[in-house]
Amino acid sequence: MIPEVGNFALVLALCVALTQGTLPLLGAHLNRQQWVALARPAAVAQALLLAIAFGCLTTAFVQNDFSVVYVAQHSNTLLPLQYRVAAVWGGHEGSLLLWVVMLVLWTLAVALRSTQLPEAMVARVLGVLGLVSAGFLLFILFTSNPFERLLPGAAEGRDLNPLLQDPGLIIHPPMLYMGYVGFSVAFAFAIAALLSGQLDAAWARWSRPWTTAAWVFLTIGIALGSWWAYYELGWGGWWFWDPVENASFMPWLIGTALVHSLAVTEKRGSFKNWTVLLAISAFSLSLLGTFLVRSGVLTSVHAFATDPRRGIFILVFLGTVIGSSLALFAWRAPKVGLGGRFGLLSRESLLLTNNVLLVVACASVLLGTLYPLLIDALGAGKLSVGPPYFDAVFVPLMLPAVFLMGVAPCARWKHASVRELARTLRWAFVAAAVVGVGAPFLFGEWKPLVALSLLLAAWIVFSALLNLFERVQSTRAGQPFLAAVRRQPRSFFGMHLAHVGISVFIVGVTMVGAYQAEKDVKMEPGDTVSVGGYSFRFNGVREEKGPNYRALVGDIDLLKNGAAVRKMFPEKRFYVASSMPMTEAAIDTGFLRDVYVSLGEPIDKARPDAAWAVRVYYKPFVDWIWGGCVLMAMGGLLAISDRRYRIKARSAAPAPAVTTASLAQNA
Amino acid sequence: MNRFLWPLIGFVVLVALLAVGLNLNPRDVPSPLVGQPAPLFALPRLDAPEKEFSPQDMLGKPWLLNVWASWCVSCRQEHPVLVELAKRQTVPLIGLNYKEVRGDGGIDIDKLAPGNEKKMVIARAAEWLGKHGNPYTLSVLDMDGRVGIDYGVYGVPETYVIDRAGIIRMKHTGPITPEVFAGKILPLLAELSK
Amino acid sequence: MRRWLMLLLLAAASLGSPGVPAGEAKPLAEDELTEKRLIAIASELRCLVCQNESLAGSHAELANDLRREIRTLIRDGKSDSEIMEFMVNRYGDFVRYRPPLTGTTLLLWFGPGALFVVGLAALVRYLRRRDRAISDTPLTPDEQGRADTLLQDPDSRQGQP
Repeated sequence: MIPEVGNFALVLALCVALTQGTLPLLGAHLNRQQWVALARPAAVAQALLLAIAFGCLTTAFVQNDFSVVYVAQHSNTLLPLQYRVAAVWGGHEGSLLLWVVMLVLWTLAVALRSTQLPEAMVARVLGVLGLVSAGFLLFILFTSNPFERLLPGAAEGRDLNPLLQDPGLIIHPPMLYMGYVGFSVAFAFAIAALLSGQLDAAWARWSRPWTTAAWVFLTIGIALGSWWAYYELGWGGWWFWDPVENASFMPWLIGTALVHSLAVTEKRGSFKNWTVLLAISAFSLSLLGTFLVRSGVLTSVHAFATDPRRGIFILVFLGTVIGSSLALFAWRAPKVGLGGRFGLLSRESLLLTNNVLLVVACASVLLGTLYPLLIDALGAGKLSVGPPYFDAVFVPLMLPAVFLMGVAPCARWKHASVRELARTLRWAFVAAAVVGVGAPFLFGEWKPLVALSLLLAAWIVFSALLNLFERVQSTRAGQPFLAAVRRQPRSFFGMHLAHVGISVFIVGVTMVGAYQAEKDVKMEPGDTVSVGGYSFRFNGVREEKGPNYRALVGDIDLLKNGAAVRKMFPEKRFYVASSMPMTEAAIDTGFLRDVYVSLGEPIDKARPDAAWAVRVYYKPFVDWIWGGCVLMAMGGLLAISDRRYRIKARSAAPAPAVTTASLAQNA
Repeated sequence: MNRFLWPLIGFVVLVALLAVGLNLNPRDVPSPLVGQPAPLFALPRLDAPEKEFSPQDMLGKPWLLNVWASWCVSCRQEHPVLVELAKRQTVPLIGLNYKEVRGDGGIDIDKLAPGNEKKMVIARAAEWLGKHGNPYTLSVLDMDGRVGIDYGVYGVPETYVIDRAGIIRMKHTGPITPEVFAGKILPLLAELSK
Repeated sequence: MRRWLMLLLLAAASLGSPGVPAGEAKPLAEDELTEKRLIAIASELRCLVCQNESLAGSHAELANDLRREIRTLIRDGKSDSEIMEFMVNRYGDFVRYRPPLTGTTLLLWFGPGALFVVGLAALVRYLRRRDRAISDTPLTPDEQGRADTLLQDPDSRQGQP
């Protein structure tokens, strides 16, 4: 009964989405107020209906209703409750449902928070979101219905993939999808602006906080996925350039470019076409990512179900949504004004350069991801494009981008001079060079690439500090320094916090890449092994029983200079229902290093009480990778919370943009 | 031309590529050995373990090499096709019994005495052929999978079509379906037998 | 349960008594240098069974066999490129995570660099053209009027150099 309610709610949601996607758009065009007024109630109704559908599926999982195919395939009576809930998005059908749920949550947020916007604008934005939602609901109902029944019902479910039975994986997909789907808001704003022809600074101001919010979610989502891979896959890597990872990384790169380009459009009224194109691209890449993952066009560890009908449907949907958006863009863009004038060297041009770098980086990732497909389609054979390629191509593109990150915030709007910039920034550069060249000596071997990365990381921090100091000095007007610091807008701190996050991230990536140590050893109970100044004493293995698995748990003492630091319990699990083995590493997390132990196999399979293969790692600064991502996300949050997004929006005229621009010039 | 049309054009190309890509099988990896001489080996025969078989013995006639093992589930699926082929007696079908014991996840090879592995391989392989029928002219034993590596085996079952001169003319990965058999292998064999 | 107890006792015994042979654990690999090279080579190779893992990280049976094969080749004194050739001869270019530079991969290897150059060139060209377009745009009557008053007003001219 409950699954039927869910199914019915989905059908109703589709009807509402179709209404929301047509009448308000027409109403805004024909100036019919009743139709325009439909947008908000429709958004609310759709959200309620999808909440019901999602609740029904969750209930089916919680109650172990194995007469639902999707539940039977992804759950099991032994599966603990929290994983039964997470299993809702553990497979293809459910993750699509989650996708739509996220979409209507964003839609609802826009509907509720947009009371200051002109009604016609709201109607257009919600209308576009309604159309996207309708497409996905059609996809779910026709090719991937999670409520499909199995008659007669199964006695027992097949269990959730053990790889996904992990706390990190409970929140990783929702975060990632919030980010992916969040770009739909920026997209809808862009389309609405193109439809209405009102592409102005007000449009940029409205869509900016939404875009930043989506970017924050995507940052956290990607970081969670990377962190999960690090501790769950058992060999300590944190990024594999897997097609699915690339699918989430490409919208992030374009989203980052969009966040910066929106800043210029809001403050200076420039790059409007470029910003609109980025907004369309960011969401297009989210859709493309969904297509790549869901159609099975590229093999990947993540691509679970592949069904050609699904691929065709998403491709047609993708073609319709993006194709029509780009056609609209090509039609409207030539009439859009150029905005304020600026010099060849100015904050505008530097931001645009960084945009170009980010877009080229994204295009390279796309090229590498799709190249095997291209070669195959041309009948020129099969090849693989893996981490060595991406590292070789991506890193050189990011070096100038990171360098510019230090320069652009110090450059003036409209016109900057090389000499002035050099004078302002020289001490930051000298300090960064000292740190970059000197720091590697502290950690052992001096390597030129490590020095270069650390120099860039320090460069970001020092130039940010300098920028803060200069800006406060120029605006303090006799006030105490700290009071003047506090008066700076939050978005200013948000920007620098996010940049420092990049710096922290670079330190983590560099240090763990250059100075990690690992040992693969054979350990009898009582044996010790040392790595990175720590010793590990292996005390043997014991058997434990989990809710749906059996585990062999290693007992290891972590010692430093002979003194015990803590105990570590790496596990080897065997999941009963799926009979899949899993390696659970034990990690001692620290500010400056992780110590990582994972169990291999017993040397003699008949004697798990004797010697084991054990792998130990010392990973300096590895947590800075995710710490950096958290700082980036916090920077984004700080920027959204800026006062100017909370005060009542002024009229649509670009007048306020001028004042912010002139304020910012004092930077 | 309107330069704002370029994104749309690029996108159309991308969609076309993806549409073509939907009809490709990413798991199908072509073998670089096609057109190359079949790698040589000398392996004991299942029916007479003291004798060895080598691809050189087959020079002068086209033949098929089929990689199989009793633990391989899809081998059972293609087996009727092979039995059918054997009945027609068009070409010799040589079986390469691949890692019969070592490939079976349930057996710990380190616990077997060195001499016992061969006995176990023969017993298991013979039993399986007894149960499902033996389509093979003869089978050879690749106990450690070394020959399999030379042939680029990555998923059992696999089938190679080798011509008179000992050149590999075709490789099929995965079970042979009646369609593949009738549509690809038989025509090729007819051509090679001319 | 009994086995569990036994293991625990065993562990306790090994902790307490110095009689148990304990000491620095031995490396799993007989030769660590070989192992280092193996990992370096294997991480550039794609596992064919579980296609999105490298040969170094994969737990698949075939990956084990191939790693063993590579170890043998290293011990036989083969160079890295010879080992790579050995793999490619059997499994094709598909196994290389770093595609070789050939006619078909020109776009792959030089595409990003070319795009970078073209992107920067287009950017500079755009900025120049834009600058010219803006300065060429005639002022609107309103702007013209404001400009005129500014030019005529001696007070506002004082600020100018």
